[in-house]
Amino acid sequence: MNAKNTVIIDHKEVELNGEKNILELTRKLGIDIPTFCYHSELSLYGACRMCVVEVEGRGIVASCSTPPTPGMKILTNSPRVQRVRKTVLELLLANHDRECTTCEKNGNCKLQELANRFGIKRIRFGERDVKLPIDDSGTSIVRDPNKCILCGDCVRMCAEVQGIGILDFSNRGAKVVVTPAFNKNFSEVECVNCGQCSAVCPTGALVVKSETEKAWAAIHDPEKFVVAQVAPAVRVALGEEFGLPAGEIVTGKVVAALKRLGFDKVFDTCIGADLTIMEETTEFIERLQKGEKLPQFTSCCPAWIKYAEHNEPELLKNLSSCRSPQQMFGSLVKKYWAKELGKDPKDIYVISIMPCTAKKFEAARPEFTTEGAPDVDLVLTTQELARMIRETGLLFDQLDIESFDTPFGFTTGAGVIFGATGGVSEAVLRAAHELVTGEAVEEVNFEAVRGFAGLKEATVEINGTKIKVAVVHGLGNAKKLLQDLKAGKADYQIIEVMACPGGCIGGAGQPISTDPEVKKERARGIYNADKLSQLRKSQDNPIVAKFYEKWLQKPNSHEAHEALHTNYSPRGRILGEDIQLLSSRRKHKVDVAVCVGTCCYLKGSYDTLKRFMEKAEEEGIKHRLNLHATFCLEGCETGPSVRINGEVVSGVTPDKADQVFAEIVEKLPENHRD
Amino acid sequence: MIDSKTKLCELRDKWQAAFENEKARILVCAGTGCVANGSLEVYEALKKEVEGYGDYVTVDLIIEENKSGVSVVKSGCHGFCEMGPLVRLEPSGVLYTRVKAEDAKEIVDALVNGKEPVERLLYHHPTTGEIYKEEHNIPFYKHQNRNSLGHCGVIDPEDIREYIANGGYQALGKVLTEMKPEEVCQEVIASGLRGRGGGGFPTGQKWEFTRIAKGDKKYVICNGDEGDPGAFMDRSVMEGDPHKVVEGMAIAGYAVGADEGYIYVRAEYPLAVNRLKIAIQAARNHGLLGENILGTGFNFDLKIKEGAGAFVCGEETALIASIEGKRGMPMPKPPFPAQSGLWGKPTLINNVETFANIPGIINKGAAWFKGFGTEKSAGTKTFAITGQVANTGLIEVPLGITLREILYEIGGGLRDGKKFKAVQIGGPSGGCLTEEHLDMPVDYDSLLSAGAMVGSGGLVFMDESTCMVEVARYFMTFTQNESCGKCVPCREGTKRMLEILERAVNGEGRPEDVETLEELALAVKDGSLCGLGKTAPNPVLSMLKYFKDEYIAHVVDKKCPAGACQALKGYSIDPEKCKGCSKCSKVCPVGAISGEIKKPFVIDADKCIKCGACVSSCPFKAIKEG
Ligand SMILES: Cc1cc2nc3c(=O)[nH]c(=O)nc-3n(C[C@H](O)[C@H](O)[C@H](O)COP(=O)(O)O)c2cc1C
Ligand code: SF4
Ligand code: SF4
Repeated sequence: MNAKNTVIIDHKEVELNGEKNILELTRKLGIDIPTFCYHSELSLYGACRMCVVEVEGRGIVASCSTPPTPGMKILTNSPRVQRVRKTVLELLLANHDRECTTCEKNGNCKLQELANRFGIKRIRFGERDVKLPIDDSGTSIVRDPNKCILCGDCVRMCAEVQGIGILDFSNRGAKVVVTPAFNKNFSEVECVNCGQCSAVCPTGALVVKSETEKAWAAIHDPEKFVVAQVAPAVRVALGEEFGLPAGEIVTGKVVAALKRLGFDKVFDTCIGADLTIMEETTEFIERLQKGEKLPQFTSCCPAWIKYAEHNEPELLKNLSSCRSPQQMFGSLVKKYWAKELGKDPKDIYVISIMPCTAKKFEAARPEFTTEGAPDVDLVLTTQELARMIRETGLLFDQLDIESFDTPFGFTTGAGVIFGATGGVSEAVLRAAHELVTGEAVEEVNFEAVRGFAGLKEATVEINGTKIKVAVVHGLGNAKKLLQDLKAGKADYQIIEVMACPGGCIGGAGQPISTDPEVKKERARGIYNADKLSQLRKSQDNPIVAKFYEKWLQKPNSHEAHEALHTNYSPRGRILGEDIQLLSSRRKHKVDVAVCVGTCCYLKGSYDTLKRFMEKAEEEGIKHRLNLHATFCLEGCETGPSVRINGEVVSGVTPDKADQVFAEIVEKLPENHRD
Repeated sequence: MIDSKTKLCELRDKWQAAFENEKARILVCAGTGCVANGSLEVYEALKKEVEGYGDYVTVDLIIEENKSGVSVVKSGCHGFCEMGPLVRLEPSGVLYTRVKAEDAKEIVDALVNGKEPVERLLYHHPTTGEIYKEEHNIPFYKHQNRNSLGHCGVIDPEDIREYIANGGYQALGKVLTEMKPEEVCQEVIASGLRGRGGGGFPTGQKWEFTRIAKGDKKYVICNGDEGDPGAFMDRSVMEGDPHKVVEGMAIAGYAVGADEGYIYVRAEYPLAVNRLKIAIQAARNHGLLGENILGTGFNFDLKIKEGAGAFVCGEETALIASIEGKRGMPMPKPPFPAQSGLWGKPTLINNVETFANIPGIINKGAAWFKGFGTEKSAGTKTFAITGQVANTGLIEVPLGITLREILYEIGGGLRDGKKFKAVQIGGPSGGCLTEEHLDMPVDYDSLLSAGAMVGSGGLVFMDESTCMVEVARYFMTFTQNESCGKCVPCREGTKRMLEILERAVNGEGRPEDVETLEELALAVKDGSLCGLGKTAPNPVLSMLKYFKDEYIAHVVDKKCPAGACQALKGYSIDPEKCKGCSKCSKVCPVGAISGEIKKPFVIDADKCIKCGACVSSCPFKAIKEG
């Protein structure tokens, strides 16, 4: 027995300090054991086998799943270890579409990096023998299964962190693929476009859709007046792409770079954020006074909005009706500013620079248009902008700083903190009291809503009323909070939801990093930028005040509603074909579809369906029915919905199943009910 | 309702006495194999015959009304499936083989009228021709020790009263009334029982780990997935003696502190599922499962979970995932199920046969069990013997027996007097052993050191006409298909190993394949996540160890020494023997043979399609294969 709390790693004695596994221990010692599937924020998976080490007496073990125990003798680079690692890489590469030079992940690919690190120079096995179709049906993410190494990172990210579970494994053995349900495309399932899957994907199997070509085309089109808006989180992350430390504020350089790329005007999305605060806070105060539609959920995050539309139809009325800052900005530019310039909205081309992949989807929503032109024409991620800058050969870190243009260039610290989780709430808190009472608040720092805890809470008093605020980031955390809310275990008046862990600074459009410290640095950058701002509160923004004066009258006015608000409607979770249970080719038959989407399912539609099957058997009319399970008949609030020969019947709970089934039987001519 | 140990003993004695009234009993094997061969019709015919004599009694009549007469009962598997449908007579022990419904008349006539058994239905030794009357004298059975299979083929598995009359549930009664949980674990440790599911982990230790694990809730799981091709020992136990499994699990539940158990059975075993369901229901009705068992305050109940039949779902963590409704994929260990298993709770998981050994250990004591087998591999173990051996079927023998004894004494040697070449032990996870291992004891550790494993207990005997490269290819196809696809070495590595082996048997092998294959096999063995991948290379590695020349012949010389690989077959005419009669050139469908009459003919290898038609056409045996 070893009395000391130590292990021997590569012949060196090392003290143990409660490390969960050998991998974490070796990282502390400065040994970077390779892995594809270990992420400290995801559950243990143990599939890639790259992290193997040799333990005396036990042989080869995976370091990610083996806790170090006192006395262990570990070799991290023995011949057996090397053999496994190199074989794994060789096997992966053999089955991989190795078109590296034209791959979106070229240079950012973990597989490429490790193949290089291990000097894999030949592949002794055959080529990949299947070519699966690439899915680029969505607005934000492109999936190429031919490049997937089946590490499962995306699967766990989507299910565990985001609580959604779009992707999972299907088939067995060498035929396994990671795919959405029923082999559907991304655009046909309840994917919210947050892109977190692509952020963890070590290869080019999941990448953000690149649209830089469209940006160049607009810039080079002499007819177009190209306007940029830059989201808050971009300014603390873009520098990473050019060797600057994470969190360094590079706002001035971003502006300079965009100008050099050929943008006609460069604006700040934060002004949209300041507007959002005016609108959303006013909306909240009104709801509070009327005591309705509470808690009010924030609506700046398009992934959260889509999530709610798919999964929480009953809560849609609780979402703030405010458009996101990106869309408020786009709307003002196209509806009002264009007129001032005497331009047709179609000739102004708005390009947003966003940390976010879901913004691409948001910009494409049909409701966000002015005179037929999209309010935001194109969304580029931080990474895409970095690529454009590199393309031009600009030395980003050496650029002289420039300032945003007017009028959409002057912003407050409140607008900047939108970039981090808790920021929107903090900005609301800075405004609410003042908007109600007219008294200015002195304290503008609300530390309770800052930081990376899964759920953050704060309570403030406005005019004698206690307001409870909750902040969640990561949709998995949101899902938990919603469950508590429905179970009556939580009670809040304002709930901020950001889909990405950490908020926008952790968006999937940001420079790729698996180091959790990076997000913390970016958040620090955001709060520094806030501190450095002349004005810290949205209501103090003179330009915003001017917009109201000139264009919008006052917050929540009719004009403001037209330009800055929107509404939401439920969405089916799976589009396309149904699951056929009974099919009839008879002349006299009845077509019956039972919705098994979330809402209806929760209300018992599955049992209704089962009862229909039983009744069909009992009544002997199985061969007269086209019975299928379908995914959404869009009647979520009144479910379970059943469609009989094209007509939707709602409220078919299991206890009503027999009654409705009798109606189905009625539809058959008497002599055909054999 | 049996609410105390005393009551249980009373019932046992009462029913035992009642069975004394049974004049004779005709047991018709209703195991899957015999049923497939028509044993249910045999059963009906026999029943009708006995009824014709007015002598038919049911177990109900015997027990409830003390009637006497001849009963006809469906039993579990006897193991000698090849000879089925089997009919056994009690108390004489006569065994009839390959019985058809038409034979019922004669069988019953001989039985009722005290005549000699029907000779033509008795077992005839395939080589000596000797005739055996009683089951236990047949060489196939004579060298066996049927402990866990003891009731199989002897009692009606669907009638709990028979199980109880034969001492069933006494062990459960004993632990509940006389032993503390830790004493039960100690007894199992002392017995030296090791897991029969393949790994051979000491069962008692596993119980003790689960017992001391902290948890408000614990589970017991019985692994009846049995995915090895050709293995059917667990099925036989579940079909033939389901109560023994139930009893073993209840004892385990008491020992580790669990009140709920699952039996995981593949859905392809409908009969086993059905018999288990009947057994569980009967045990509940009699108060042997459920709450306050035997009035001791111990609660335990069982559920059956039918698996979809993936081999990997036999792996314990995948099996647990499958019960939880998730995709059956293995998880890294630790944590072991004993710490965190089903729904994250401490879980004991054992194989069917492991549980079936428990009642015997408790009733007769650890020392009795240790009396079988070797120091480190105690007890008896079931094996399924197949391949080119004279007698195939299910056997139970003490561990430590030699392969030679199994092959020659139980198995009756190789068929057609062929020469022994190798035996594949442990199914797709095992390896092949050769002549030099025939006298090696069959136990966990000896097999492992020779590159094979006990595994689930499959023994495939192969004669000289078997190509070992082809055998390795066959097993690799199986593992490749059954790999869950989770981890890289197994998913991709088995695919590439299979590719290389297929190349070899198709005559497309490359010399560098020899080294690549070996390196790949070692990396897959070391690197894979679960036992499936870790053992998948075993057939290849043992082939490379004992039959490397044969493999090299395939890839370098493009020859299959066993003459089994079609693509490597070549035909040539021995000029010494050829008389130039031209018969062969006439039968060749592609005109590959030519020559001048009365001079030796030749085969054009490029044209030859290897159909072999010429070989038999030659009156002088001048055409050689190979
Ligand atoms: C691929 C694979 C398949 C397995 N299949 C089975 C099986 O069918 N039945 C079984 O009892 N154990 C099987 N096992 C072993 C189980 O994981 C586990 O070790 C066993 O059920 C423990 O019971 P025991 O200790 O009683 O043997 C399998 C293991 C692997 C890796
Ligand atoms: S898509 Fe990417 S993250 Fe997902 S399993 Fe494949 S390689 Fe891993
Ligand atoms: S070794 Fe094979 S079966 Fe086991 S986890 Fe890996 S891929 Fe799945």
